[in-house]
Amino acid sequence: MTAQELAKRQDSTPTRREETRTAGRVLVPAVDIFESDENLTLMADMPGVDKEGLDVKLEKGVLTINGEVNMESRGKTLLQEFTSANYYRQFKLSEHIDAEMTTAELANGVLTLRIPKAESAKPKRIEIRH
Amino acid sequence: MTGWDLFQEMDMLRREIDQAFRGVGRHSFYPSFLPGISAGDYPRVNLNEDENNYYIEALVPGIDPKDLDLNLLQGTLTLSGERKASENNGQTWHRHERGNGKFMRTIELPDSVDGSKVDAEYRNGILLITLAKPQSEKPKRISVRAN
Repeated sequence: MTAQELAKRQDSTPTRREETRTAGRVLVPAVDIFESDENLTLMADMPGVDKEGLDVKLEKGVLTINGEVNMESRGKTLLQEFTSANYYRQFKLSEHIDAEMTTAELANGVLTLRIPKAESAKPKRIEIRH
Repeated sequence: MTGWDLFQEMDMLRREIDQAFRGVGRHSFYPSFLPGISAGDYPRVNLNEDENNYYIEALVPGIDPKDLDLNLLQGTLTLSGERKASENNGQTWHRHERGNGKFMRTIELPDSVDGSKVDAEYRNGILLITLAKPQSEKPKRISVRAN
């Protein structure tokens, strides 16, 4: 096994949760987060999660993404490159967001969260008087 | 352990060795510059079997099923497609962990399959492929006549 492959394996090793409320192995989903003038967009890869198993919470400035995977295994294993586990990840968000207007969408195993910024956090153009 | 099978272990080992040597001269000596998702073993797959079928699960989240291409040639299944980048026009990135780009993966099946009975379903970012084993492969029960 090459060093690169070893590193890749370690990458995919599920990590423990940051908090101790529940035990068990979890996977940390890969995310893209980008910010525009109007809102903050978060996209997370969570293959195997359906709408019922997904739980997104935003409280006290902490965004918690929880995804439950239920996959039935069929037959006898010949080759296994991934094991399914539940997804869990937390983010600390700034207070300048509009939590009420947040929208979540789950399509093709990708979660897309759109979090609008609060009025006070939007960039303002200041006109210069001549 | 109940399911330990020497031949299966040997096959797994052979696949791992194949995998390790696939990139010799390319990956091992030069650290890859911008290793996209097409550089390594993407997507990840699981291969299972029972008496009638082979089952393949591939992790391909965020892909339009129309952009996925499956080809079966004898005992080799090729999965290719493209994962589109998140649309980002001049926005500020905070995290950029999800890869994108074209990919191709070839999976060697332990034996030939019945090409006419292939089923592929895309569900929640996972591609589930069912390949039927040829009729002759299936174990047949032979009853013994008693005189």
